[in-house]
Amino acid sequence: MTEATQRKAQGELRLVELERRYDDFVAVNGIELDVPPGSFFALLGPSGCGKTTTLRMIAGLEEPSGGRIFLGTEDITNTRAHQRRVNTVFQSYALFPHLNILDNVGFGLRQLKVADWKTKAMQALELVKLADRAKQKPRQLSGGMQQRVALARAIVNEPEVLLLDEPLGALDLKLRREMQIELKRIQQEVGITFIHVTHDQEEAMTMADTVAVMRAGNIEQLGAPAELYDKPATAFVANFLGQSNLLPIEVTSITGERATVSSHGTSLVVEAAAIPSEAPDGLRLGIRPEKLRLVEATDTTWTNKLSGEVSDASFTGVSTTYLVRMPWGQELTVTQPNDGTARAELGDQVTIAWDPHHAFMIGVD
Amino acid sequence: MRWLRKNLIVIIGLLVMAYILIPNIVVVVFSFNKPAGHYNYEWSQFSLDAWLDPCGAPGMCDALGLSLWIGIASATISTIMGTMAAFALGRYRFIGRSFTNLLVFFPMATPEVVMGASLLTLFISMGLESGQTTILIAHILFTVSFVITTVKARVASLDPALEQAAADLYATPAQTFWKVTFPLVAPGIGAGALLAFALSFDDYIVTNFNAGATTLTFPMFVWGASQRGTPVQINVIGTVMFLGAVAIVGIAQAIGARRRKVDA
Repeated sequence: MTEATQRKAQGELRLVELERRYDDFVAVNGIELDVPPGSFFALLGPSGCGKTTTLRMIAGLEEPSGGRIFLGTEDITNTRAHQRRVNTVFQSYALFPHLNILDNVGFGLRQLKVADWKTKAMQALELVKLADRAKQKPRQLSGGMQQRVALARAIVNEPEVLLLDEPLGALDLKLRREMQIELKRIQQEVGITFIHVTHDQEEAMTMADTVAVMRAGNIEQLGAPAELYDKPATAFVANFLGQSNLLPIEVTSITGERATVSSHGTSLVVEAAAIPSEAPDGLRLGIRPEKLRLVEATDTTWTNKLSGEVSDASFTGVSTTYLVRMPWGQELTVTQPNDGTARAELGDQVTIAWDPHHAFMIGVD
Repeated sequence: MRWLRKNLIVIIGLLVMAYILIPNIVVVVFSFNKPAGHYNYEWSQFSLDAWLDPCGAPGMCDALGLSLWIGIASATISTIMGTMAAFALGRYRFIGRSFTNLLVFFPMATPEVVMGASLLTLFISMGLESGQTTILIAHILFTVSFVITTVKARVASLDPALEQAAADLYATPAQTFWKVTFPLVAPGIGAGALLAFALSFDDYIVTNFNAGATTLTFPMFVWGASQRGTPVQINVIGTVMFLGAVAIVGIAQAIGARRRKVDA
């Protein structure tokens, strides 16, 4: 696709102080967003966080109460849905039940008066591997197939930005994993900017280059999946993307690159650079379950160690997840890979340890 | 016993069918009668007279033509009005919406005698002369509610995302309506139109109140004829109407079956 490369340069989306208010409720609270062209961007958040409203405002299906939307250099805020070179894959797929698959996929092209719409629509159906279903009606296809038709119907128009509203929400787990890989492949193949709305953190992290975590109408944190996971900025992000153990801490001293903090009377070492400049009060240290190790109490290679009693152990095959109760009552989650190291039993006294650079620190929300 | 238990539903079904169909069969059979007197109530002998001369009964075909014309006109007008109202009621939230829904229900709930009499009072006090116009107004009044109810059910079952998808795929609001909304609501509109025609065509009570001295619809003709003697041609018209309705249903079924077959 020669046109796709050209579009790649155009499909930059910029939201400026975008806002959507209802009578007594702010759905989207003046967000700023810069989606680089050709990227796979995910809007992640729990239901009601404003991610779908944001998507619908970009599509033109919802009117913003304030702010602007730019597509490339063009301000599209006041244009209507049918005037925007943006296409949507709806959560319910919204395939036209009275039209066959080919006519569904060709709908946009015919509106755009593309002469060889049939050829292009068939190519799009080949891309999603459904060319043999062209003459069938949507209801004769399975959910997964309908999903792919909805995708073909949107990308065939080569929009500058493709919007996906929880497109895999109605599929079962296995199909979902398959479609995640499939979507990623198609995005790389066509090079269109994808904006994917989801509440599934794993889905967002698997597929997207950049993830924006939304909460109550605001963007809480934005970054690459690994960055969000390893260095969450808030407790919400730390717990929404995977699991985190959070320990309240106080900074006692800073010497060069290292700092000493104390938590419940235990002295711990952290990286000085990881201490956030804001919110020095109510500071918390976060550590992911898989970064914690079960070690011998006498092991001196680890600087950060805590001891406690195993209060729960569940074996899942690839790993064992323990709950370890600290002397002050808090239970820490530890995931031990099934790599041949000795497993602990319920009621055992164990020592857990971690590397200082695996920890992150966050202030109070 | 076992045989009975196995086939009881079929037997009851056939009995119900017979109960429903016997009046129609009687109409068809007596259209081939050659009655001895003025009344076509007793079987006398087989004859094709009435079928060969369907307009033989004086005034009947004029009455039939008037009924067909009023039926088509009132069905057309009430379908257009009713469809628009159904979209407004089914789609939009506005002040007075639930009250309007209640008002729509009134013409269906009002006894026809009451409606006919009060309409006549209204027309007289307005100085409107009874005739085709008053019949037409009255028929649109009581058929529009049925159209609204039928179409509204169809509009309500429509996924709003479909129209949003059309807009998203570059269709203007007008194109969205004609390419997506209308084709999906059309079966409801068609059913509403047929229902309106059927209600208008066989209405006697309201029509009788509001017809002028010289306007005579088919149901009025049949009623009037039954006072003096029933021409066999009434049965011929009845048979044709019945077969016409059966044909419409049959064609609809056949189209549906063929569509399913093509799909599969």
